[in-house]
Amino acid sequence: MTVRVRVIPCLDVADGRVVKGVNFVDLKDAGDPVEQAQAYDAAGADELCFLDISATHEGRGTLLDMVRRTAKVCFMPLTVGGGVASVEDARALLLAGADKVAVNSAAVKRPELVADIAERMGSQCVVASVDARRTAPGQWEIFTHGGRKATGVDALQHARRLAELGAGELLVTSMDGDGTKAGYDLDLTRRIVDSVDIPVIASGGVGTLDHLVEGVSKGGASAVLAASIFHFGEYTISEAHQALGKAGFPVRTPVM
Amino acid sequence: MASGQKVALIDYGAGNLHSVENALRAVGADVVVTADTAVVASASRIVLPGVGSFKACIDGLTAIEGMAETLETRVFRDAVPFLGICVGMQLMAEYGLEHGTFEGLGWVSGSVKPLTASEDVKVPHMGWNTVEPVGAGSLIEPGEAYFLHSYAFESAQTPDSVRAVTDHGGPVVAAIQEGTALGVQFHPEKSQKYGLDLLSRFLEWKP
Repeated sequence: MTVRVRVIPCLDVADGRVVKGVNFVDLKDAGDPVEQAQAYDAAGADELCFLDISATHEGRGTLLDMVRRTAKVCFMPLTVGGGVASVEDARALLLAGADKVAVNSAAVKRPELVADIAERMGSQCVVASVDARRTAPGQWEIFTHGGRKATGVDALQHARRLAELGAGELLVTSMDGDGTKAGYDLDLTRRIVDSVDIPVIASGGVGTLDHLVEGVSKGGASAVLAASIFHFGEYTISEAHQALGKAGFPVRTPVM
Repeated sequence: MASGQKVALIDYGAGNLHSVENALRAVGADVVVTADTAVVASASRIVLPGVGSFKACIDGLTAIEGMAETLETRVFRDAVPFLGICVGMQLMAEYGLEHGTFEGLGWVSGSVKPLTASEDVKVPHMGWNTVEPVGAGSLIEPGEAYFLHSYAFESAQTPDSVRAVTDHGGPVVAAIQEGTALGVQFHPEKSQKYGLDLLSRFLEWKP
């Protein structure tokens, strides 16, 4: 078997607290990122993603502390994104225990940020976000501010540029699909997968296990990210692995 | 649980130190994060982590006066168990061919070369993949571990020092061993139970 398709749950955090996360198990404190991360570690998630949606200057310290506490008890890869605007931001997260940092709006304004981080800390730790909306058939544009602000940047060109600058992988989120549970934007995912050599994570819009499978079968993604279907216990990580495995894709059998 | 083993975790500015430190502590090791050759000379286990480029890592290691020599003495004269992780493993090779050709520690015959991307093979090789032991008698057990790399070790002699392989568009070296020096391309500190179990065995290892 070859490298496994990764199933990645994503937790939204603000000021060091989880604001959108697991509620399928009894947690002492549902806002505690460490408890949430441990729940997914135990469930056999292949990686974990924290997205800091507050991304305020004051929130950085709490975010770092949260990453530090999580890394002490979770022995799986951890990606942290939100508000990474400089090499220093990235370094601080990596030193706190993140394995990768996701770079989003700052790399829209200045794509070279990806190169700066990759040169100093290695490509393997740079996840470059491609947050896009479909603006015409076969055409996608990069949006920032949670999908509200158009940038005029073509999504495919931006994706290629981020890969050339040394991103280790791309996190492709359809802002049209995000929160809709209607499935990934498979055309967008496929177009980007076909134009870069690095792995692509499909994100935005998952409502069913079939959506995860399509992300790989039709979208060609190397990894599938989802939030609410896991948080609300609609499906388990293990069911996601099984669905992908049944469709013929290599998946992991976590050792518990 | 092998508590009490004094592990020197080499701090040479090559990142992910704390992940490795956390994992070693979780399996009961007494970890000292250090750049001091005297500490390395008295430790009963040595771990060399590493992320980033081959050149940055070897430059960082050789910038510590006497460190490369101390490591070599401890491993090849005193037979102290050593574990190199990811680029820490790659540094055991003679050469690294990442953005130029750079000398490594030269403990194993071979060099570190780029992986080649194709339609079905994405680079970096990122994610969980099979660890398939080669031969018997090493610490490596079959299982699945987390890989994250764009360059891989290629052996230059037979019989070689390869102790495990994985598959990414063809066989890719997952572990090498020379004497008491074990190197793993994957990240045991990020491989949940499989990885923690390997670290436990490393603490118990009496090669």
